[in-house]
Amino acid sequence: MAEVAAQQPIVVPDPSDTVAARIIRIAGKLPVNLFLAAIGLVWLVPTIGLFLSSLLAPNDFNSKGWWQIISKPSVATWANYSNLWNSTDIPHSLVTTAEIAIGGTVFPILVAALAGYAFAWLEFPGRDWLFVVVIGLLVVPLQMALIPMFSLYNKLGIFDTVISLVLFHTAFGLPFAIFLLRNFFIGIPKDILESARIDGASEVRIFSRLILPLGLPAIASLAIFQFLWTWNDLLVALTFARNTQPVTVAIYTNLRQFGSNIDIIAPASFLSLVIPLAVFFAFQRYFVQGLLAGSVK
Amino acid sequence: MAAVTFDQIGKIYPDGFSAVRNFNLEIEDGEFMVLVGPSGCGKTTALRMVAGLEDISHGVLRIGERVVNHVPSRDRDIAMVFQSYALYPHLTVYENIAFGLRLKKVPKGEIDQRVHEAARVLDLEPHLKRKPRALSGGQRQRVAMGRAIVRRPQAFLMDEPLSNLDAKLRVQTRAEISKLQHSLGTTTIYVTHDQVEAMTMGDRVAVMRKGELQQVATPQTLYDRPVNLFVGGFIGSPAMNMIEATLQRSNGNFEAVAGTQRVTVGQETLSQRPGLTAFEGREVILGIRPEDIEDAALEPDRAGDARLHGKLVLREALGSEIMAHFTIDAPPARTEETAELAEDVGAELTEDAPQESLLIGRFGARSRVTEGDTIEAAVDTRALHFFDPETGLGIYEGSNTKGAG
Repeated sequence: MAEVAAQQPIVVPDPSDTVAARIIRIAGKLPVNLFLAAIGLVWLVPTIGLFLSSLLAPNDFNSKGWWQIISKPSVATWANYSNLWNSTDIPHSLVTTAEIAIGGTVFPILVAALAGYAFAWLEFPGRDWLFVVVIGLLVVPLQMALIPMFSLYNKLGIFDTVISLVLFHTAFGLPFAIFLLRNFFIGIPKDILESARIDGASEVRIFSRLILPLGLPAIASLAIFQFLWTWNDLLVALTFARNTQPVTVAIYTNLRQFGSNIDIIAPASFLSLVIPLAVFFAFQRYFVQGLLAGSVK
Repeated sequence: MAAVTFDQIGKIYPDGFSAVRNFNLEIEDGEFMVLVGPSGCGKTTALRMVAGLEDISHGVLRIGERVVNHVPSRDRDIAMVFQSYALYPHLTVYENIAFGLRLKKVPKGEIDQRVHEAARVLDLEPHLKRKPRALSGGQRQRVAMGRAIVRRPQAFLMDEPLSNLDAKLRVQTRAEISKLQHSLGTTTIYVTHDQVEAMTMGDRVAVMRKGELQQVATPQTLYDRPVNLFVGGFIGSPAMNMIEATLQRSNGNFEAVAGTQRVTVGQETLSQRPGLTAFEGREVILGIRPEDIEDAALEPDRAGDARLHGKLVLREALGSEIMAHFTIDAPPARTEETAELAEDVGAELTEDAPQESLLIGRFGARSRVTEGDTIEAAVDTRALHFFDPETGLGIYEGSNTKGAG
């Protein structure tokens, strides 16, 4: 019966846990692990190359090879980074990008979580049709909206501001976010919500005390997607931000035709790559499975 | 604590399905009321209407003096134990039990005291810091109970709270819930499809069929005086044997004749059912409970005219007794109710009308009968049941009166 399965496992000394057994087990998996490590390494080549390039002084970049970074004496230098930090507008652009990415992640998720809850669990007329419309919005390409939004932002006087970019990303992130969260929320057992209702919870309480914590895995994955998308966006930023430069635009404007200012592009690109990576690892622990285990049979 | 009153309650779903019809039931303050019936009979719908989880289509529902038809669940001051327990998976046992109290803004100290008290009663104290997924089925069930009792509500609603437990734990928990309800004295509505739970737990039992209330009575009354065929067949395990018979008078005695079988109607049965005389010469449905059928070899001093002769087809030895399945050459009762009862236990009646009925008798453990034997079964004629084949109603006082209930 299910109840037996739910009992705490009894800790029995495992005969397969001896040193010899462990060696055999590791050796058995070795070919697979080596293969995976090789693939991972191939995947990392561009990133590593970018990092190594960012450590070379501009003059060395054309005359020396990357291996001289690890040879002695090493030609590696952090000068590019300190130069980037002190005498360019890249740090400021990074801050701008962070503002856009955080706003462009928090707003759509906040709205989508509320909408997702309503679509999943509240009864109101036209609910299903409205949801179909939301799904339909998934296929609208954002390029179509660039020019109309351009003139709209001009009229509203928010052109070339962080707000305008956040709003744009919110609008185009919402359909997918609502779709994803609604489908996750609807999987939460109905009994739990009814039980909370009988326990005296209002809809707002149910949302904040049950739906949000139980929906955390979905919200975390959505946050990562949306954050990466807004962080890496170039097209929207290029259209709506002339002076409010996010880092993608800043790097782009530093690309000269003959590409000789690699000393700015390489470290800037690397920095703009490391930050979303950190975000990913920060949220990764929320991708826990089985958060709903034990609530209903 | 409060009484719960159903006044002409009806529930019609948007697709036109009428789940509960004309439902009248008064549950007294502190009473343990069991709603029982086969699946789809509307018992859970009735309970969910009390909980406020289903809209009420017709009628008036009162908790205490208050009409609650349009009161949202959270303001009805009731607690519910779900079949699935519906624990909050991200909260510890303590937080699960305290959830309702925290929403009501009960002071922290009092919450703590009440949670610990409930945990002590339910033997959950060592588990307060654990999450539901680390608990066994029985412990989860007790957390669900704890969440209900800690709120001290007007009424407990329980929707098959034991059906996810294994048989042994179910019996134990059944007794614990009864005990707890008696000590708390909280009005309780308990829904189950298990007639053993209904009989053992309820102060009164309400039997439902197809959205309609059949009979509300104490368990013993339901067993002794079922109002109709359906209640007679549903209450009791194994179910009552039902055969078609004709009532005849011979030598001053009343006899039920079915095929070649003749069963004398005992004086006790006759005095309880004076209405039977009106059925002289007419067809009736004769109901015999398995516990009133015994191996004639073990009952030598029983009169010969209360014997059934048949062939044993299956012998189920339970140790303490033997379930003897035997056929006799009498037509089985075939009505809408018996068909539904058979369906509920998973059996299917064949289309053609057989002249043979399968009966079950509870024989003493010393019975020597074996499969294939021609057997003689003694019938205790003091507690025979009779039903009108046309209306399905039990035959008691007059020709058309209902039974006690």
